[in-house]
Amino acid sequence: MTEITSLTLYELIKNIKEKKISSNEAAKSFVDRAEKSKKINAYVTENFENCLKLSKEFDDKPNFDLKLPGIPIAVKDLFCTNEVRTTAGSNILNNFIPTYESTVTQNIWNEGGILLGKLNCDEFAMGSSNETSFFGNVQNPIAEDLVPGGSSGGSSAALAANLTPVTIGTDTGGSIRQPASFTGTVGLKPTYGSCSRYGIVAFASSLDQAGPMSKDVKDSSILLEVISSFDKKDSTSIDFKRNNYSSELNRNIKGLKIGIPKEYRVDGMPDEIEKLWKKGIEYAKDCGAEIIDISLPHTSYALPTYYIVAPAEASSNLARYDGVKYGLRSSGKNLIDMYEKTRSEGFGEEVKRRVMIGTYVLSSGYYDAYYLKAQKVRQLIKQDFDQAYNKVDAILTPSTPSSAFKIGEKSNDPVSMYLNDIFTVPVNLAGLPGISIPAGVDKNNYPLGLQIIGKPFDEQTVLNIAYSMEEKINYKNNITDWWMK
Amino acid sequence: MTIDLKTVKHISKLARISLEEKKAEKLATDMNSIFEFIEKLNELNTDNVEPLTSIAETTLRFRDDKITSENIREKILKNSPEKNDDFFVVPKVVE
Repeated sequence: MTEITSLTLYELIKNIKEKKISSNEAAKSFVDRAEKSKKINAYVTENFENCLKLSKEFDDKPNFDLKLPGIPIAVKDLFCTNEVRTTAGSNILNNFIPTYESTVTQNIWNEGGILLGKLNCDEFAMGSSNETSFFGNVQNPIAEDLVPGGSSGGSSAALAANLTPVTIGTDTGGSIRQPASFTGTVGLKPTYGSCSRYGIVAFASSLDQAGPMSKDVKDSSILLEVISSFDKKDSTSIDFKRNNYSSELNRNIKGLKIGIPKEYRVDGMPDEIEKLWKKGIEYAKDCGAEIIDISLPHTSYALPTYYIVAPAEASSNLARYDGVKYGLRSSGKNLIDMYEKTRSEGFGEEVKRRVMIGTYVLSSGYYDAYYLKAQKVRQLIKQDFDQAYNKVDAILTPSTPSSAFKIGEKSNDPVSMYLNDIFTVPVNLAGLPGISIPAGVDKNNYPLGLQIIGKPFDEQTVLNIAYSMEEKINYKNNITDWWMK
Repeated sequence: MTIDLKTVKHISKLARISLEEKKAEKLATDMNSIFEFIEKLNELNTDNVEPLTSIAETTLRFRDDKITSENIREKILKNSPEKNDDFFVVPKVVE
């Protein structure tokens, strides 16, 4: 039979329920493979021994009614895990042991999931290539020296390398969808307010959302069903009726109206992205959807808006890292000097850059010109989508303007790095659900993704369209395990 | 508009991040290229637009003012870089 590690989550659950595979066997397979895959650098903290122990306990007293019965799962190191080190990819949290559990991870453990370990990510989720992590670059399993995307780069790499059956990431401007696109995997950012932010290391609170990352669409529907919940501990969590995303998953999208926004045809976009998009439109038609041209006129203002709103919120959120109650402390002549040295040594370059931008745009005399202006433009961007959704049920776009790039290629030019998120950022600004599914390859055989954006709280339609298109696209990752040789 | 070295140093004071001279220069260059990109927003007239402050139209919920966590003082103090009995220690602030 197929190796345990290459099974989808759905298949693994089925095998465990049918007692063909035990939880402990599954855990062992993933641990063994991780031991041979150190070169990927996916893990910041391994929880292997504990995972093996807990899987045995599950097998001794199995509960097959759970949604994730004894399934080992690795998660992005931005989720606080009780008594397991949580770093957010930063030196300043290098020794931080949370005393509480994030709601999203707690939901996974409640349904029988078992923590394999904590996955590498860009520092405080600020980056699009995983190169800002204090714990080093992550290799994209697709090819050597290729970035896995970011900020959930350890998650996308672990998934593509078969080190975990599914995983969770967080997405502030594209941090789930872009790495999914770069690794030929599926990544879903839910509607803002679907998944609790409690216990997730905060980056930009009005944009951050947790979401599933998986090998196929069905697996994302299973995991979304587990992690999406109303939570009193998050003041922006929304109490709406959540679907049973996996049992309601279907391919009946006949007659659905899918919008194609002309503004996403950006200058300098490679031909192959344009072709992929056209192919995607054909697939959607084949599935019975009706294609409608739409306009989202403020699209080109989304990135500049994001690069005011996100750093402003980050500078405020990151003010807590002062070297007093937890984390790194550097010594200083006095209290202020201690703060300044701690933050200078504890934060990496990109984080400092964003804290500085955020502090500047919020500083006296500049607030109206930058932050207020950005909030107004954010309103216009949201209104674009509101108007489009009067005409269509969902929107189809490319996920990224290019395939994965080489490690080091963009790390010296922040603006060119930021441009990576051009198609994903508007979705965060408007708080909408969006999924990236693998849809083809470029001339180097590197994966390319398509993005489906839905109406608020309409994850089910997004999943159903993705599920239908996935069948037509029939994408297969060709990963050679080069890092083991 | 350009952000000069003096402004960068002022901002780094506000952000409580100490900066070496060389790093400050590099940061000034980076910030200028980022703000050049941000200035695009000035093309838009937003005089009559309401700012979007929260994407989720929710009203803040109230809860009872009750302690919900058990006694985890030890665990919390364990994360502290410097402690003394039940207290966090900071450099002397009162002369």
